[in-house]
Amino acid sequence: METLNLSIDGKEVKAKQGSTVLAAALDNEIYIPSLCFHPHLSATGGCRLCVVEIEGYKDYVPSCTISATDSMVVRTSTPQLLQLRREALNPILSQHPCACLMCWRQKKCGPDDICLRNVAVTDRCVTCPRNYNCELQQVVCHVNKNDVKIEYSYRNLPIDDSNPFFARDLNRCILCGRCSRVCNEIRGIGAVNVYNWGGDSLNGPFGSKPIFDTNCISCGACVSSCPVGALYFKDSPKAETETKTTCTYCGVGCGLVLGTRENKVINVYPDKESEVNKGYLCVKGHFAIKEMVHHPDRLTVPLINCGGQFSPVNLDEALNIVASRLRNYRSDEVAVISSSKCTNEDNYVAQKFARVVLGTNNVDNCARL
Amino acid sequence: MTFEDIRAAAINEWDSLEKSDQVRIYLGSATCGRAAGAKTISDELEEELQKRNISAVITQVGCIGSCYLEPLVDITKPGKPRISYGNMTPKKMVELVDDYIVNDNPRPDLALGSIGEGSVEGITDFFQTPMLKSQVRIILRNCGFIDPEKINHYIARGGYSGLVRTLTMTPDQVIEELKKSGLRGRGGAGFPTGQKWEFCQRAPGNEKYIICNADEGDPGAFMNRSLLEGDPHSVLEGMVIGSHAIGASQGYIYCRAEYPLAIERLKIATDQMRKYGFLGKNIMGTGHNFEIVIKEGAGAFVCGEETALMASIEGKRGMPRPRPPFPAIAGLWGKPTNINNVETWAAAAVIMQRGWEWYSQFGTEKSKGTKTFALVGKIERTGLIEVPLGMTLRSIIYDIGGGVLDGKEFKAAQTGGPSGGCLPQSNLDSPVDYESLAAAGSIMGSGGMIVMDENTCPVDIARYFISFTQGESCGKCVPCRLGTRQMQKILQRICNGNGEQGDIEKLQKIGETVKTGSLCGLGQTAPNPVLTTIRYFRDDYEAHIHDKKCPSLTCKDLIRFYILPDKCQACLICLRNCPAEAILGGKRMIHVIDQDKCTKCGTCFDVCPKKFDAVVRVTGEKLDVPDEPVPMLAGKA
Repeated sequence: METLNLSIDGKEVKAKQGSTVLAAALDNEIYIPSLCFHPHLSATGGCRLCVVEIEGYKDYVPSCTISATDSMVVRTSTPQLLQLRREALNPILSQHPCACLMCWRQKKCGPDDICLRNVAVTDRCVTCPRNYNCELQQVVCHVNKNDVKIEYSYRNLPIDDSNPFFARDLNRCILCGRCSRVCNEIRGIGAVNVYNWGGDSLNGPFGSKPIFDTNCISCGACVSSCPVGALYFKDSPKAETETKTTCTYCGVGCGLVLGTRENKVINVYPDKESEVNKGYLCVKGHFAIKEMVHHPDRLTVPLINCGGQFSPVNLDEALNIVASRLRNYRSDEVAVISSSKCTNEDNYVAQKFARVVLGTNNVDNCARL
Repeated sequence: MTFEDIRAAAINEWDSLEKSDQVRIYLGSATCGRAAGAKTISDELEEELQKRNISAVITQVGCIGSCYLEPLVDITKPGKPRISYGNMTPKKMVELVDDYIVNDNPRPDLALGSIGEGSVEGITDFFQTPMLKSQVRIILRNCGFIDPEKINHYIARGGYSGLVRTLTMTPDQVIEELKKSGLRGRGGAGFPTGQKWEFCQRAPGNEKYIICNADEGDPGAFMNRSLLEGDPHSVLEGMVIGSHAIGASQGYIYCRAEYPLAIERLKIATDQMRKYGFLGKNIMGTGHNFEIVIKEGAGAFVCGEETALMASIEGKRGMPRPRPPFPAIAGLWGKPTNINNVETWAAAAVIMQRGWEWYSQFGTEKSKGTKTFALVGKIERTGLIEVPLGMTLRSIIYDIGGGVLDGKEFKAAQTGGPSGGCLPQSNLDSPVDYESLAAAGSIMGSGGMIVMDENTCPVDIARYFISFTQGESCGKCVPCRLGTRQMQKILQRICNGNGEQGDIEKLQKIGETVKTGSLCGLGQTAPNPVLTTIRYFRDDYEAHIHDKKCPSLTCKDLIRFYILPDKCQACLICLRNCPAEAILGGKRMIHVIDQDKCTKCGTCFDVCPKKFDAVVRVTGEKLDVPDEPVPMLAGKA
């Protein structure tokens, strides 16, 4: 593939053919602030924060939508651009709680502390699930915005907590549109879209229905893509240790991160670095693992049914019983069902056993949602 | 059938109508005429004719442009010119049937003018009347003359000869002809049309689309509607010409669903074209294939923006996308697409019919040709006009429009709809062309022209337009979605009398951000009304903010109504008409307005007899009038 040479802020950088200016900059560790950009999603150019100056272009252009070309000269942080970004942020902050952005106690306050700035409870930083892990905070910090008086007003929109796994508080929504794009473009579900017009536009299900009453599959991709605290997982306590592992629900092999505390799984996140699932999970992988692992009904030893009563036995004993009984049947009277929680190798052996030893083609696996 | 045969038949049909020995009656029955009551007139007319046993040919025609005179009825008697009658009522219609059709008295007192050869005593030529005299009707040449539902009428008046000529030329020759004509996009931005077609023609790809943008959403604009209702074939001919030049096999007309008559007439017209072989497979035997789909828009203003319009055709929410890639490279369904306004397509047809030399004689050096405008607002003669580009605002407003309504003072003219700018008196003598309007901070737009008088408050107008664009913003980009909302809030505050020091600067700052930072044309032009009114009417803003006064006496929170005790004749008229029951008084008791109850609707001001003139509107001051009704002084009536 042809490599492009361009200059960004005086630095000579290389970019892949077809990449955008923003991608080229990020690949070369040049930070351009943005809110609506997401590497997996189509660019919309909506937040207007990634605007840059390109020689030969009349206007400032959003770098997320402009393709890089050879010997392009780009400037990302001229005083005019910083000013433009600061002003583009203004309207966002008129609708998003913003006291956290200018408060030095941001990291210090506990949930019960009296707010130094007398901020209403709904707008307090400590009530925001993404406090100090928020892309808006990061962007504001970058453009050094602390000079403009913002006329903020709480929108008083109802919080949608119909879904058992996540909630939607659109009072914090900045309408970057990532949730609706991820739902449409990656998931192909289309449960979330933009509705209403003008300043009343919102991201959500058609007709502002509760999300649970739509065709939402509760995969949580929208929540993971939200740059601010508008969408958040309901049950996400802070983990002590995080362990990367592979989901055992099916044969796809999605990477996930198990958060544990006192040797118990307390939350699950998709592994963004996994090549298999690239940061997305299905509803089972995302929300069912921690319930399944510690569930009292979970099978941990083989059970034998003797006259209606299940009694635990050891594995060798169980295998002996199965082996002795199998002899009583003809091969087409037997079926083998294996589990996708087993490894691929185990499953391979199971079907081989069915076909060669038992002589049956009645083989199945539970690898489906 | 060759085109010559078709044309001969069409001319025959047209002549048999024009030279028929029956009485011919033309009814202006576009939407404007219908709204003014054309249907009742037509029913009345038919009934009267039947009663008297007169046979007449009644033709429904489009709008001739004199909207203030609707409903219009034209009558032609054999051997006489056509005579126009305006502001018709069923009663007048009956009179005309009796006096003119039966008794041969043309009633010069009711007539507006005569059209065509010959003259009638006491009636002037309609095209010599002030409204039409300085107009050059090229695009609108057929509106009001032909039956828009009859393709033969259009063909008889030269229609489709441009298409026939085009099909003998190569696409490059057609584009060259358009380039020479100097035609620029009539949707507002004024991009040279020939060049635009060329980009799309040269774009790689086998499948290309052309689109006619008939999503006319500006408040107070109706140019496209009138054209589509009065002469749909001229637009369709332009599109077929464009399809040949660009190499497109599929065309779309994106027309708002609020124009049911236009859509109906377009459907009839496309069916007729298919019958004559002007549309469909193997057009006129040349092997060129072209189909047109009429897509009804749901009425979002932003869908007039080309990329949003294409998203809407694709079935998505009408939201613009950033350019590049431009539609000429990747437009509808990702294929090269050329999109033009209704008027541009119609102009392309005329250019191919009459040649670029003829067309380019009109207009200025950089802005060739004519432009239609919807002249509305506080003006004597509202209507649809067509003038050569470069005519001054003054001639449009005073010569054609007849000046400001009721002889009031001219305050401003808004060109280009809600995205345009408010031009003051000092700009009256500047020519109306793309460059001059842009220099004045406004735009040509698609041709809305709203005239405002001294009682129109520029701050209020800015507030109105920004709330319109704010509500129509698609919500995609931040400056437009929330910047306009902030501007609206500030303007609302100013109009309510709560303006603060520094508000003007804040408005200008946000306005510039919205202008430079927005994604599409809607946002980039949305602050124009605010910025131009600040530029030209800063005094009004300052009066609102610092003195809490509205000099135009419009903003309700800044004005008060009073009844002057020395003028009030205790006639009870205002008292009875007040919808808020805010007027106290009685027989021989001077009336008083209860300021707490008053909703400032202005009814008392309007109904107080002119000879008394007792109700006054004031701003920023309190008049010393009694609080309670007092008996009238002895000696007064």
